Amino acid sequence: MPIEIPKDKWPGSVRTITLGANSDGGTRTSVVTVGGEKALPFMHFEAEVPHRPVVAIEIRDRKPDDWSPLLPEVWGEAMNDPAAWAKAAEAAGADLLLMMLSLTTSDGQPNTPAHAVAAVKAVLGATGLPLIVFGPGNAELDNALLVPVAEATKGERLVLGICEDKNYRTIVATAMANGHLVSARTAMDVNLAKQLNILISDMGLPLDRVLMDPTTGALGYGIEYGFSVMERLRMAALQGDAMTQLPMIVCVGFETWKTKESKVGEGVPAAWGEWHARGINWETMTALTLLESGADIVVLRHPESVKRVKAAIAELMTA
Amino acid sequence: MALSGIQIYKLLPQTNCKKCGFPTCLAFAMKLAAKQVELAACPYVSDTSKAQLAESAAPPMRLVTLKSDGHEIKVGNEVVLFRHEKTFYNRPGVFIKVRDDEDVKAKVTPAEKFAVSYVGMDLTIDGFAVEATGDADRFAAAIKALREISKRPIVLISPDAKVIAAGLAALNGETPLICGADANNWEAMADLAKSNTPGGPPPQSGGHGQAALVVKADSIEALADLTEKIKGKGVEDLVIDPATKNLSQLLTFSTQVRRLALKKNVRSVGFPIVVFANDAVLAAQAVAKYGGFVVLDEFKPEMVYPLLVLRQNIYTDPQKPIQVQPGLYEINNPKPESPVLVTTNFSITYFSVANEVESSGLPAWLLVTDAEGMSVLTAWAAGKFDAERIAKAVKTFNVADKVNKKRVVLPGHVAVLSGELEAELPGWEIKVGPREAVDIPAYYKQVLV
Repeated sequence: MPIEIPKDKWPGSVRTITLGANSDGGTRTSVVTVGGEKALPFMHFEAEVPHRPVVAIEIRDRKPDDWSPLLPEVWGEAMNDPAAWAKAAEAAGADLLLMMLSLTTSDGQPNTPAHAVAAVKAVLGATGLPLIVFGPGNAELDNALLVPVAEATKGERLVLGICEDKNYRTIVATAMANGHLVSARTAMDVNLAKQLNILISDMGLPLDRVLMDPTTGALGYGIEYGFSVMERLRMAALQGDAMTQLPMIVCVGFETWKTKESKVGEGVPAAWGEWHARGINWETMTALTLLESGADIVVLRHPESVKRVKAAIAELMTA
Repeated sequence: MALSGIQIYKLLPQTNCKKCGFPTCLAFAMKLAAKQVELAACPYVSDTSKAQLAESAAPPMRLVTLKSDGHEIKVGNEVVLFRHEKTFYNRPGVFIKVRDDEDVKAKVTPAEKFAVSYVGMDLTIDGFAVEATGDADRFAAAIKALREISKRPIVLISPDAKVIAAGLAALNGETPLICGADANNWEAMADLAKSNTPGGPPPQSGGHGQAALVVKADSIEALADLTEKIKGKGVEDLVIDPATKNLSQLLTFSTQVRRLALKKNVRSVGFPIVVFANDAVLAAQAVAKYGGFVVLDEFKPEMVYPLLVLRQNIYTDPQKPIQVQPGLYEINNPKPESPVLVTTNFSITYFSVANEVESSGLPAWLLVTDAEGMSVLTAWAAGKFDAERIAKAVKTFNVADKVNKKRVVLPGHVAVLSGELEAELPGWEIKVGPREAVDIPAYYKQVLV
């Protein structure tokens, strides 16, 4: 009995965004292209999947104080210097890098523009991969650091973040003036995501320079909220809602490595199993789940997770 | 897919006899379509019509139940493609596979005892799958050995009907899952599923007493043909095997089958799926994307724990975020001089904080506000966790009567509220704690004592 497989035919598609140098300039030697989907994730039988999701590795401008011990254990000395860390991340298979600037320098003083610019330039000198730069997550300091960084790297087409509804104007303005892109984050809500994209677009930044970060929780700590918001955002995009047609970025490593399961090895229930494998599973299983709800850029911290997630992506991309 | 009023009307006697209480058969048909009346109200509907109407009213995807002594697991009967459309209802079963040439006791014991606490619930695995490697006697012996350690539901894996028969004979009064039927052995397997335990209680109508049966074929079409043949023998509790461990092929198969069942009412593939997973990422996909049974090659707590948590997460009803009762909770027998920590009533939030404090051994009062089941940050962003509400909770739950020091500790993520809260609670000291629960014990020792 012949069976006709129901195929979705969507009127809309996701925008294609290219990170890295282009004909306007920039020193990045590789290019990352994401988005362009015309169907739900990996539905090869319905439409060609034009670009595979990519994996970014999160590094910092100095060795962080509060990361799970499993991370300095694997990155070693490289964590002490952003350029070395960037090289190690590239060697570990990163498609692109995300550097989050720290709140303070290693002597406990507030981070400074000079420090931030030096770190970004060091990374740009150490690797040709496309680069995302996030501020420390404090609105005042984000603006204070990202503007000089943007100016010092004019034309490099970095992605600057995080733009949120409470603080986006300064970052968007400096991105516009200096040839960069932005990442726009909202708290797991379809309408808030659309609203922020509208606000950014109204400022005059073309939407092909905006990544959408719907926020997510780690496995066990809110993943299903992110998962469902992403499914809804992706379906809205395919249905033709222009303000949701942006590729999505999710900071998986940031979320999973702050869980107790990933940070603590002693004094935890025996049922939790072996610490290292547990931490890797936490990151990889969160990443896989979100790839299947539409993540285009997955930001990870552990090189073993990078290996496994890239292998999973390659398998998911086979038609 | 439910029939329309007109379609139902065509199956009724069309005599307008009014015995059902409605003036015309069409009126009755409309009520039936709206599920406002039972078919039984019509005394003259034919048996063929009854069967057709029952068939269309049946759920698009079969509910398959496995039973054993003191245990039951139900999978299937899903109604949506995306959890946000309504919810996913029946959590996939997580089973551990053991081969009959392995040390059954060594492999099964830790998996059987495994229990991990997550938001106040104890999560365990659902059952075991025994795979035959050789003859029937070895298979039966392995099953007996398993049953000495575990009473959980069981999957019997062998392509050989004689071996399966021996396996069924080793069980008593259960509903196992037989794995499985294919183009070559389906008749024998269907007979076994139907009789279940040879010499055991006869199957009742509706499939009770039967075993469930996995069906495998090379394509979705071949699968549909095979399930129809097996249904023709009266075996309907079927589970389908995608016969792949490739992430892309599995995703495609699972999606296509779910769409066929829910959107096209193709009953011949309206069954739960079994996924045989050899690694964490494949198992995660099976849980997130339409898996009914997930059978793992190995039992590894560091993988099973996150898998069971993911299952809880994906299968939570989006309309009902898990919440705890607001109130003043006591952790480690707090005294009047113990500190008061503030948090919200989202289950994950509450348990993150409560577990952290509990395992530290440090005594504290935990003031849980009504934030409509939202986490600290989400509730704050939504205006459901602010200075006014925190102050109200302090008063409502009589915190001042329990403590001799008027001091509360705010979660670090809402540090910005401390000034406002000082204004709302004059005479109270407002402290700002860490952002992450895991940092509470250190903060407590450094700041609060």
